[in-house]
Amino acid sequence: MSLVTGLVQAEFEPPSPADFDLPAVFGSGTFDFLGQAQVAGVTKPMIQIVLAAVFVFALFYLASRKRAMVPGKLQFAGEEAYGFVRNSLGRDIIGSHDFQRFVPYLFALFFFVLINNLMATIPVIQFPTFSRSGMVYSLALMSWVIYNAVGIQKHGFLGYLKLQSVPAGVGGVILLLLVPLEFMSNIIVRPVTLALRLFANMFAGHLLLILFALGGEYLVKEMGGAYIGVGVLAWVLFILVAMLEILIQFLQAYVFVLLNAMYIQGALADEH
Amino acid sequence: MAIEGSLGDLGNLNMIGYGLAAIGPGIGIGLIFAAYISGVARQPEAQSRLQSIAILGFALAEALAIIGIALAFVL
Repeated sequence: MSLVTGLVQAEFEPPSPADFDLPAVFGSGTFDFLGQAQVAGVTKPMIQIVLAAVFVFALFYLASRKRAMVPGKLQFAGEEAYGFVRNSLGRDIIGSHDFQRFVPYLFALFFFVLINNLMATIPVIQFPTFSRSGMVYSLALMSWVIYNAVGIQKHGFLGYLKLQSVPAGVGGVILLLLVPLEFMSNIIVRPVTLALRLFANMFAGHLLLILFALGGEYLVKEMGGAYIGVGVLAWVLFILVAMLEILIQFLQAYVFVLLNAMYIQGALADEH
Repeated sequence: MAIEGSLGDLGNLNMIGYGLAAIGPGIGIGLIFAAYISGVARQPEAQSRLQSIAILGFALAEALAIIGIALAFVL
């Protein structure tokens, strides 16, 4: 919808969620899923998610292959990366008693999410894998299973339910209100917000970049005249927002793993 | 500019609603980081402990804005 009708030659089409429905790279045709036509075939995000897994594996395999006393550049970078996840996400959050067995999971998760997010900025690829919500739901489901399983393993099923739904130091009638609320927030809302946060950040960021790129192109090519300056300004803003996006890609990978660690810590916590 | 009757244009009304809904989380995130900065300024050695608390608070406040943008597209 254009703001100044009459001046405009061709209508500007704002970017929409439909821009994220990429055609299949391999395979063709559609199948019916809950009344919606879905692409049957391998799409770009599917390839990206496999590429990211292979890349993370290859990178840290190469970094840890030599295990020299005096590390080379790659080994040093790998050790720094490992130390960062181990100390700031593992030990500081889960606690020094039993963080060690979760470090491989947190470490792999952090770099997997980070590489997938960074793909939004890498030229040629330029599509955030997690802007397709299905990709994130599987990660959130995995972390939901892990923190609940760890809690049930430690406290037993009923003990774990009590830990997650009865807040400490509260008694009497107020429990009637708090127990369903705590249960909802700890068991049901957590995986949903975990998935939605990552998905919507990647989705909104990419949509914003499309808007600046296409809007700038429209102003320069279709409007012309004095609007060319505005279009170039939109492209400058595109570059600045892309910088901000890189920051957000790091931050979201960090927040995703931080929350994972906090949920595990909450499931392991002794009763207060 | 005018909000016409067709369904396509109601999307713009959704976006105005989302803009209004984002004010609250925006203020919240500002308050969280203001408290974090002044906490670190008073006690720099507490930074590593405050940082994860601040980022957790930021993530919780941001979740509201995120739910808003998801609903703005869905509804």
